[in-house]
Amino acid sequence: MVVGSVAAIGAGLAAIGAGIGIGQIGKGAVEGIARQPEAANDIRTNMIVAAALVEAVSLFAVVVALLGNSAGA
Amino acid sequence: MLSKSVKSLLVAVFSLFIIFNSNVSFAQENGKEHHPSENKEQEGDFDVTGFILDHVKDHHSWHLWGHTSLPLPVIIKTDKGFEVFSSSKLSGEHHEPVVYQGNYAYKLVEGKIKIVNADGSVNEEDSKKVFDISITKNVASMFLTMLLLIWIFTSVARAYQRTGVKSAPKGFQSFIEPVILFVRDEVAKPYLGHQYARFMPFLLTIFFFIWINNLLGLVPFFPGGANLSGNIAFTLALAIFTFVIVNVNGKKDYWKHIFWMPGLPTAMKIFLMPIEILGVFIKPISLTIRLFANITAGHILVMSLVSLIFIFKSVAASAMAVPFTVFISVIELLVGFLQAFIFAMLSALYIGMAIEEHHDHHEDIPVI
Repeated sequence: MVVGSVAAIGAGLAAIGAGIGIGQIGKGAVEGIARQPEAANDIRTNMIVAAALVEAVSLFAVVVALLGNSAGA
Repeated sequence: MLSKSVKSLLVAVFSLFIIFNSNVSFAQENGKEHHPSENKEQEGDFDVTGFILDHVKDHHSWHLWGHTSLPLPVIIKTDKGFEVFSSSKLSGEHHEPVVYQGNYAYKLVEGKIKIVNADGSVNEEDSKKVFDISITKNVASMFLTMLLLIWIFTSVARAYQRTGVKSAPKGFQSFIEPVILFVRDEVAKPYLGHQYARFMPFLLTIFFFIWINNLLGLVPFFPGGANLSGNIAFTLALAIFTFVIVNVNGKKDYWKHIFWMPGLPTAMKIFLMPIEILGVFIKPISLTIRLFANITAGHILVMSLVSLIFIFKSVAASAMAVPFTVFISVIELLVGFLQAFIFAMLSALYIGMAIEEHHDHHEDIPVI
């Protein structure tokens, strides 16, 4: 049970990191679109790509947390 | 000419290697993640972890409905040679694992085929001899995707042969054409420049293969439901294709930037070399884990939301769980497309960085 909780803390930390990262990306994209609405399409594509890259890093952490959890249990 | 045949030889060798290894490596993966004996159902309690992991991992049979499942062929190699039999021989009337007498006595233990002694205990020493290359659920699903891809693209290609490229697309053509143009204009051209046509076949194949697998994985009943693109061996195989294509096509500048970065002090060059060499291998690893983790996370999420009903043991919970499941499934449709796009795009980006002829030193995009 204790091991499960430690993995949960890891997953939570990963979620915080990804949240901050994706929030920054969204902020930047919305600001960019507000300043230059005609570039909205290019900005959106790049935003999705960058968000997926950030998300992937957080998912690495989730995988590590899961592996750590099942190896310890 | 020679380099071309060497390339195709490399591709053939790698695909054979991957086909024969995918089962084994995934089987090893399972052992670590699955402990069904520990928290099995007690007094009617619902074992959520076991239920979810059971759906995420590979199987020797394909579940159809209720207690019916489609048995798949088991192909194993031991020191006494190859053996082929149906996986239905390994499970009894009530789906309990039974012993099958082949060259050895085989039994399914936690999803893996083991050799057992006469008294029914697992013989760990002999079990190491089992080399399992069965057609499992994931492999069968991959064959299905292959047939689907061949069917779709030969029919579309025939339509172009008949009517030419000048006339408006008809039927299924009009669905496929914009997607192919999307891959060409958003993936290939921006990163590969004027050489994009050489790599279009690879990018299109990898894009549609991943996309169709992601979509089939979201179908909850028979022809879908295998967690193929959430299988790390499968994604690793795809990433190795990218890795080989990048390094086989790497130009002089690409290798120079790895081993002796121009325009830096010598001490820095020595410091950067190991990092750059690591980067060559980290790129395909990150491709592997990105696709694997995204799709597996999606499957786990959907299964967890469905399990809420059984955790609360009331129909009322479905009022919350079902809309959420539908919502996540729709998101997963987007993720399935997005991950196929990102895999193809990053492959194009890595290839583009490797085939760049001359390098102007002000745009270095940091890419993990």
